[in-house]
Amino acid sequence: MPEENGDGKSKTGVLEKAKDSAAALRETLTEKAKQQATELKEPEKTQLYRSIFRVKHDEEPRNRALSVLSNVFFHLHPAKVNRDATKYNFTWGMGGITFYLFIVLTFTGVLLMFYYHPSKIQAFRDILYLENDVPFGKLLRNMHRWAAHLMIIAVWLHMFRVFMTGSYKRPREFNWCVGVLLMVLTMLLSFTGYLLPDDQLGFWAVTVGTNMARATPLLGNEGPGGPQMGMTPYNDVRFALLGGSIVDANALLRAYIWHCIAIPLIVAIFLGVHFWRVRKDGGISGPAPVMLESEIKEERSPRPVILRPSGMG
Amino acid sequence: MPFDWRQIWEVASAPDNVPIVALLFLAPFYMWYALRQGIANDKLIAILESDAQAAKTKYRKTQEWDPKWEREVHTWPYLMRMEFLVAILVTVLLMAWSLTLNAPLEEPANPNVTMNPAKAPWYFLGLQEMLVYFDPWIAGVVMPTLIIVGLMVIPYIDSNPLGNGYYTYKQRRFSIWTFLVGFIGLWVLMIVIGTFIRGPGWMWFWPGQTWDAERVDYAVNRNLDQVFGIDGSWLAPIFHTTKDQAAIWARAIFGIFPLVIFFIVAAILVHWVCTRTEFSKKIYKRMSLLQLVTMYTFLILMLSLPIKILLRLVFTIKYIWVTPWFSI
Repeated sequence: MPEENGDGKSKTGVLEKAKDSAAALRETLTEKAKQQATELKEPEKTQLYRSIFRVKHDEEPRNRALSVLSNVFFHLHPAKVNRDATKYNFTWGMGGITFYLFIVLTFTGVLLMFYYHPSKIQAFRDILYLENDVPFGKLLRNMHRWAAHLMIIAVWLHMFRVFMTGSYKRPREFNWCVGVLLMVLTMLLSFTGYLLPDDQLGFWAVTVGTNMARATPLLGNEGPGGPQMGMTPYNDVRFALLGGSIVDANALLRAYIWHCIAIPLIVAIFLGVHFWRVRKDGGISGPAPVMLESEIKEERSPRPVILRPSGMG
Repeated sequence: MPFDWRQIWEVASAPDNVPIVALLFLAPFYMWYALRQGIANDKLIAILESDAQAAKTKYRKTQEWDPKWEREVHTWPYLMRMEFLVAILVTVLLMAWSLTLNAPLEEPANPNVTMNPAKAPWYFLGLQEMLVYFDPWIAGVVMPTLIIVGLMVIPYIDSNPLGNGYYTYKQRRFSIWTFLVGFIGLWVLMIVIGTFIRGPGWMWFWPGQTWDAERVDYAVNRNLDQVFGIDGSWLAPIFHTTKDQAAIWARAIFGIFPLVIFFIVAAILVHWVCTRTEFSKKIYKRMSLLQLVTMYTFLILMLSLPIKILLRLVFTIKYIWVTPWFSI
């Protein structure tokens, strides 16, 4: 920059200008800082907050609806529900409790997987290690175990409630079937987990359970028609379940994969269908106004197909 | 023998049996809870049916109602606050349970040391108990399949349009009784028997009896053909076979009769129950042939279970139909 070097006057001018602007900046900066600090008292107006939540959380009906509809987790729900359905006495909350326990089990299950090797040499030692040396390991295992038992009870009571309120009736027939399959999958999840500690309890429970598979008609080596189909202990359905003719290392690995990966994935898919259909079949079934015997309509044949608009349900 | 409280405590306090002990209270509680609301609705229905004017104007729910209220409320916060609250309560319950009771851990798995009794997990004990009454291919494979399929056909064979979305007893007597017999009587009760009654060797121990692994039960079970003294050896010369062969065939053919009789009697019984009241007849007429056949088949098969239990436990009969390939 040879030109500037030759002009000393403009050099001092630049210096003064810089000083002036620095003083001005100091003043505006403190003012801005003060202003922005006061603005922080209302965090819901910040760009950060708005980018996450997008709607105001006040008691405006529109915003109450939007806070449900614009949230990926909450939008399983409709914006509004039957006022009587929010009480405990109709649903007993059993479906929700089941789902919550599924989440608890996924969470504790993933943590347990960090400490577990599905091999005959290490599985049992891993449980001992977990119980005695891992911080909160015992609590973790206990929670997983009891949540599993609780989930089965909750599933049964959920089914019981749905039956007693007649909620499986038209148009919810198909969703009842999905629910039955989910119940079976829940019990299979629990059963496959039973073997994993590789102790006497799990070993004999699974032995008793899979021995029944021997007797499968046509597909088991001791079932009716099994030998005629060429079934032996080394190629029948029990062999497929255990990955061998006895409950051993392969059975442990298979139980592990069914328990931790395959069945949870299948359950997650069916859960999605189950929840989706609750909405598409018109939301929760009641408490509905009672119907009288005199109001039964004649069955039309063939039955009309019920098409419902998608959305608010 | 003195009443063995310790034995009862030992079974009831086993950590893995806690869910069944809980179910002993939860199942009756929720049964009562559902029926109570059903009876309340039935009273309302009775009022509406006797008074045509009320049927047009009265609010048709037992829940509180004010015309000023809106029929629907916002999910947030009215439903979701309940959900979060329940989630917290379940978490607290689970924490308390996990802090006070340890998950069981036995000795390392050892195929050479048999556990006695070797029991399936508690939720499968109903099926294990059925092993006493049926061969494994029925108890372990056919029965579970029938239960699952039977549950799934319920919505398609129940053609009673009443009681959709509210608790009621009077409008759905038959379906509610069927479900209670199935769920409480044949599922929960069998689990309770499998847990509390069945001891070593899967022998029957009444509450208070000590689980004595040395006890010997003399098996006096007989097959139905033995009770009737079926002996087909005299057929041998007619069919040119050995006496043993003829006896096997005679047994196999004999067994068909009690089964056919059971199916006919059960079908008549089921039909009688299904058409007992005027209302039942009305529902019956709405059903298609396929629905009727499916419903009767499943009800008859369901009925076969208590019949077989009765035959086995009271009359010590093992098989009804013995064939060279399978026995029922």
